[in-house]
Amino acid sequence: MTDFGRTPKKQTAVVLSQQELSPGIFDMWIGTDLVSDAAAGRFIGIYPADRSRLLPRPVSICEIDREKQRLRVVYRVAGGGTEEFSTYSSGQAIEILGILGNGFPIEAGNGKTSLLIGGGIGIPPMLQLAKELKGNVLITAGYRDHNLFLAKELELLGRFYPATEDGSAGTGGTVLDAIAAHRLKADVIYACGPLPMLRAVKQFAATQQIPAYLSMEERMACGVGACLGCVCRTTKKDPHSHVYNARICTDGPVFLAEDVEI
Amino acid sequence: MVHMVHMKNTEVTIAGVTLKNPVMTASGTFGSGMEYGDFVDLNRLGAVVTKGVANVPWPGNPTPRVAEVYGGMLNAIGLQNPGIDVFLKRDLPFLQQFDTKIIVNVCGKTTEDYIEVVERLGDSCADMLEINVSCPNVKEGAIAFGQKADCLYDITSQIKKHAKQPVIMKLSPNVTDIGEMARAAEAGGADAISLINTLTAMKIDIYSRKFCLANKTGGLSGPAIKPVAVRMVYQAACAVKIPIIGMGGIANGEDALEFMMAGATAVSVGAMNFANPYATIETIEGIERFMEEQGIASLTELIGCMHETASRAF
Repeated sequence: MTDFGRTPKKQTAVVLSQQELSPGIFDMWIGTDLVSDAAAGRFIGIYPADRSRLLPRPVSICEIDREKQRLRVVYRVAGGGTEEFSTYSSGQAIEILGILGNGFPIEAGNGKTSLLIGGGIGIPPMLQLAKELKGNVLITAGYRDHNLFLAKELELLGRFYPATEDGSAGTGGTVLDAIAAHRLKADVIYACGPLPMLRAVKQFAATQQIPAYLSMEERMACGVGACLGCVCRTTKKDPHSHVYNARICTDGPVFLAEDVEI
Repeated sequence: MVHMVHMKNTEVTIAGVTLKNPVMTASGTFGSGMEYGDFVDLNRLGAVVTKGVANVPWPGNPTPRVAEVYGGMLNAIGLQNPGIDVFLKRDLPFLQQFDTKIIVNVCGKTTEDYIEVVERLGDSCADMLEINVSCPNVKEGAIAFGQKADCLYDITSQIKKHAKQPVIMKLSPNVTDIGEMARAAEAGGADAISLINTLTAMKIDIYSRKFCLANKTGGLSGPAIKPVAVRMVYQAACAVKIPIIGMGGIANGEDALEFMMAGATAVSVGAMNFANPYATIETIEGIERFMEEQGIASLTELIGCMHETASRAF
């Protein structure tokens, strides 16, 4: 997996803009010089200002603008911490931790056909990935309903195949249904989304005999590999404890599908 | 005579080991220093207390292992660790590069497990050993040793027979009488005690009707437990003469000083490392600032100052 070898920092960043893309899904640009370490599939921790909430919230990077030194995050309001974030407007100072995690290996898809699979709030990291990949890019994204956030931008970055749980847009059903409906074929898969989706993607990749890079999610505390809170079962000995439990925050979040037991 | 500007003395001594300042890390919140070495100059810490290490690798508990609660967090990591072989080869040599004291936290399921690790560490660069008999998240052994005074006495005296370094017994707060437990550790020969470990707790997601931790219960840490911890340190200090390392939600110098006034010779920063990776350094700086402002030459003036009797040896 890509090793960026850069040390994370906690620092004050500033919110540049924020808008609600669809109900409960927020799109925030953050000004920070940590942008130089950012990469597709890496993430940041955002600390709530409310100090009764101790832990940084892991949020994936949706887009990187190195020129203007800014990062874009698109997140779902899932609790009190993210609810607080959703109230921020331009000029708000925020504490962030980053850049965290390993990121997607871009080189694996360059010059090939890549299938990018995003489910729900796993869709945003596909945007930066699609921007960086040099090759044929297919994108399928699973939504709950017709609120196809980021769809317009993703359409510009590859052939786009949405799926909706309620059938109100694109293929009715899951991302796997969209893949089947359009008979999508690829040389490599990149996926981020809920665990049941990742399980299905892993199985699909195995039958197709193509590599799949899965971005895993788990409840996280420190974000830097110290607490061993956010582990996932692995088929190889993990580098830290050698007990087949890798740290998603530092050994991941992106793993080769065959390396994780899900 | 004009009194010359005197240096603030932040040194404290525990069982003959002098720390440059009283601030250390709480076991399990700081790895073996490597991860937080990106944020913190480890040379500035009084000591690094490592994540618990057992005789063999432990895989830990299923996930979710952590959950946030008001002013704190729950964890049920289950002491995932690489075992003593990797620890000696990788983690200790890393820590040895720094000018800080090394306290190795030792965990086990049986008395023999603990003794094996303690013996393996005998010729290592570890300055002290902290014995974890209080993890609430491991079913076998461990906590049983820490919740019954006679068991605590037994394991302490067994370990003392085999340990080359000073032994710190880490006490559980999940007991009726912390003073009794402190006395049992002292009677068993402990050189120091540390407290508190986490408080057994639970969080339920009312919407999914699921426990937030796969282990159902976990240990509560963070600022939410600080007043409980201060009280227990005070009570332990009433009960024993051996030095105490206090911890429980310490975020800054003020918090640390509160523990020291209650009777702690040194303190550990734990969950607050997650909320602020610079918390240890800010705690040290906060203590120094307080000493400056209050004209305190040596921290020994403050340790246990809330205890009226002068008989207690600090």
